Amino acid sequence: MGKLIGKEVSVAAADAVGLVNVDVIAAYPITPQTHIVEHLSELVAAGELDAEYIPVESEHSAMSVCCGSSARGARTFTCTSSQGLALMNEVVFIASSLRLPIVMVVCNRHLSAPIGIANDHSDIMPVRDSGWIQVFAENGQEVFDHVIHAFRVAESEKVSLPVIVNMDGFVLSHMIEPIEYWEEEMVKQYLPEFKPLYRLDPDDPITIGALTMSEYLTEAKMAQNEALKNALPEIVTAWDEMAEITGRQYRPVEKLHEDSSETLFLTMGSISGIVSDAVDQLREQGESVNLLKLRLFRPFPFKALKEAVGNARRVIVIDRAVSFGGPPGPVASEIRSAFYSDTNRPMISGFICGLGGRDLIPDDYINIYRESLLQTEGGATETEDILYGVKA
Amino acid sequence: MTTPSEFTWRDLEPGVIISDAGNSREYKTGDWRSARPVVDKANCIKCGVCYLFCPDIAITQAADGTFEADLYYCKGCGICEQECYTGCITMVDEEE
Repeated sequence: MGKLIGKEVSVAAADAVGLVNVDVIAAYPITPQTHIVEHLSELVAAGELDAEYIPVESEHSAMSVCCGSSARGARTFTCTSSQGLALMNEVVFIASSLRLPIVMVVCNRHLSAPIGIANDHSDIMPVRDSGWIQVFAENGQEVFDHVIHAFRVAESEKVSLPVIVNMDGFVLSHMIEPIEYWEEEMVKQYLPEFKPLYRLDPDDPITIGALTMSEYLTEAKMAQNEALKNALPEIVTAWDEMAEITGRQYRPVEKLHEDSSETLFLTMGSISGIVSDAVDQLREQGESVNLLKLRLFRPFPFKALKEAVGNARRVIVIDRAVSFGGPPGPVASEIRSAFYSDTNRPMISGFICGLGGRDLIPDDYINIYRESLLQTEGGATETEDILYGVKA
Repeated sequence: MTTPSEFTWRDLEPGVIISDAGNSREYKTGDWRSARPVVDKANCIKCGVCYLFCPDIAITQAADGTFEADLYYCKGCGICEQECYTGCITMVDEEE
């Protein structure tokens, strides 16, 4: 077992990156950054981490440097947030299309305008289709474990894809939590040396990022999509092997209680903790309700989701972002799509909550539960997602 | 629905990487040319300015020291005609 110590989650995330002994860290060092890169720069400056720390002039350059170093065969890390991720966007898509196993922590924060810095998922939803593996962490321990898991999965020769570890801004990034650190021996046992599928080498030249026109672009995108889908068993295997080392078992979709319930909440990220309090209060009142945590967002775990939902009548999806002019809840629309072809599908009830860091308490989720029940009693089978708590 | 093909999506290298060096030689860039350079060799002073300026490295020196374009690669941009000191290169429409 590792040591349990109190640490700010950002600092712990940086320590996890230090433990995997990265070769290159490229990051834009000021707003919207977190203590992750600050602590990494301290580790490098103090000589505790033997890595190249490259402070660049923008996030676009940060991801460009990451692509270059990863293509050369270096274990590569960066992290960002909100506007930074938006500025990086162009190169985020290139990293995955070139199958470069970069690891990035995104501290999820709201995207301007109006200007703001607090937590929601409006930064990550625009890169939903970027082709990166994406996981969501609920607490500091999950962040620490998933940084190590991310390198293991990304660099697996069966995967070779970049991974985003999502952690909620402020709620996690600036919170001090008890975290069990891995011992170096545990990391050595879990994470093999990085052996890239290809590497840029002047003595054995290859071309990365060449032109592809209509003649083969369909095939290139087919191959990319298959690669991402095929990463799923590797992601699960890496979780199972982590459980053998740490005793903590992660799954693509996790249930709070193992029984079946009529109604299920579905959440991603740190709000799962508050929602679980609401669920437990409702269960004490005799309500048939449970919580599903969607840990793996990409590749989307269709099979695990359906198994976890089982015969539930209703799924209440809590979204943290708005898809403007569309089905407003981006996660709710994916869940609806996953069940559309099923004859006995549950009603998907979507609520958009906690935008710009607005705090919700368990009573809010109890209200949401009651409102969802009213929707069904009114005979509705399809509902429009609701921006919860809007001042009207 | 799929289209039968000898080279399929499964045959692409991961990330569409090109793992053998120098294969741009096989890439025919001259198939959409609308005009080709014709050299009046009598007026060629063998200076090689056309060779230096050709953006596709399509111009090579012949055994007699004069220069000519390899039409497999020449896109017909006309830069060689523009740069030639003696005016010995003329772009001729491919239709003619």
